[in-house]
Amino acid sequence: MNKIEFTINGKKVATQVEGRTLLVNLIRDELKLTGTHVGCDTSQCGCCTIHLDGKSVKSCAMLAAQADGANIVTIEGMADGDKLHPVQQAFTECHGLQCGFCTPGMIMTAASILKDHPQPTEEQIVKGLEGNLCRCTGYINIIKSVHRAAELMKA
Amino acid sequence: MYAFEYQRAGSVAEAASLLAKNPEAKLLAGGQTFIPTLKARLAQPSHVVDIGRLKELAGIEVKGNVVSIGAMTRHAEVAASADVKKAIPALADLAIEIGDQQVRNRGTLGGSVANNDPAADYPSAVLALGATIVTNQREIASGDFFQGMFSTALQDGEIIVRIVFPMPKRAAYSKFHHPASGYAMAGVFVADTANGVRVAVTGAGSSGVFLWKAAEAALTKTFAAASLDGIAVDEGECIADLHAGADYRAHLVGVMAKRAIKKITG
Repeated sequence: MNKIEFTINGKKVATQVEGRTLLVNLIRDELKLTGTHVGCDTSQCGCCTIHLDGKSVKSCAMLAAQADGANIVTIEGMADGDKLHPVQQAFTECHGLQCGFCTPGMIMTAASILKDHPQPTEEQIVKGLEGNLCRCTGYINIIKSVHRAAELMKA
Repeated sequence: MYAFEYQRAGSVAEAASLLAKNPEAKLLAGGQTFIPTLKARLAQPSHVVDIGRLKELAGIEVKGNVVSIGAMTRHAEVAASADVKKAIPALADLAIEIGDQQVRNRGTLGGSVANNDPAADYPSAVLALGATIVTNQREIASGDFFQGMFSTALQDGEIIVRIVFPMPKRAAYSKFHHPASGYAMAGVFVADTANGVRVAVTGAGSSGVFLWKAAEAALTKTFAAASLDGIAVDEGECIADLHAGADYRAHLVGVMAKRAIKKITG
C-alpha cells in the first residue's frame, strides 16, 4: 500500500492506495465523488476529466499514487456554493447536454480551454474538446455553451 | 490491472537501481500509453517505477544551435514553449498535434520516444532532425535508436534523460490524424538541416519510423513539393490494418510530405 495525501476540491485527504488503484476509482469509490464519470475506461472519451494542478487530465489514465501531493478539482468543486460556475451556467442556458453522461468531463475540459483562450474561436473550442466524446452527438450545443461561458466570464 | 508495487524514484540513479533490483520492473513516465496497457492486462510488471516527476528529467533549454528537452517534459509544455516555437517551430507544431489536451498534459517526450509506437509523432522529429538521445549511460544517435515497431536501442535499465535537437535551417511536420485515436495514419517531418534534407515518416511504415531516402534525394536537387511528383514510398513497406490499407497509407505519405514542404516554401 502507498500512503498518499492530496487536496481535492479544497479539502485535504490522506489515504492509502494499492499501486494499481486508478485515480478515478479513488475519487468515485472511496471519496464518493461520483460526478467524475467512467465512460470508456480506455482513455478515449474524457468523461473522467478532472483538473490536476490546474490542468485537465483523464483520471482513468492515472494511478492514484501519482496524485500524491496534487491539488485536484472535480466537477463537484466547480460551483461556489449554490452559484454555478460560469461554464456550468452556460451549459444549463444553452442546453449543452442530452443524456448528461459526458457533461462533467466536457465542463472540466471547457474550463481549461477558456483558461488558455478566454475568447476562443470555434476552431479552438473544437480542438480543445477533441479528447471528449458525446455519444448523443450533442456537440453543436456544447460548442455554443463554451462560447456562452466565455461571455459570462468576460462580464 | 494486475497487482504491482508502485515505487516513486527520487532520482535517475535511484530509478536505475530499482530497475536493476527487479528484472520485471517497468518505468512509468506520463503513463498515457503505459497505464492503458496495464489496464488491458497487456503487461504484468512486478514493480512500476515512477520517474514522471523527476526535476532532473524536465525542462527545455536552448544553447547555441541545439534545443535540449528533458525526457519528462510534457507534450503541452513543448507545444507552448516560446523557446521551442522560436528555435524549432515545427517541433512545437508537432507537439500540439499529439493526442488531445488531456493526453498532452500528461504524456512525455521520453515516454513517447522510448515506446516507439509506429504511429507516434515524436519519433519522426527525432529522426528527421538528427537528434541525440541522451540516456543515463550514453548518447545514442537517432539513426541508431529506432529499431522497428516498439523496439529501440535502449538496454534494460537504461533511462532516457533528455533529447538534444539540432536546430534545422527550416522544417515542418504534417500529419493525417486517425479521426478517433488522434494517432498518425501518416505523419511526415521534413527538415532542411546542416546535414542535408531529411524526410522522416511515421504512422505508415510496418517497421516504424523511417527516412524516405528517395524524397530526400529529390528535395536535395530542388526543395519544392513538385519534386515529389512521381515518387512514392513502397506500399509493401506500409502498415495495412482495419483503418487503412497499405496503398492508402503510401499515398497519404506523399500527400503529407507535400503539405509539409508547402508549409516551409509557402
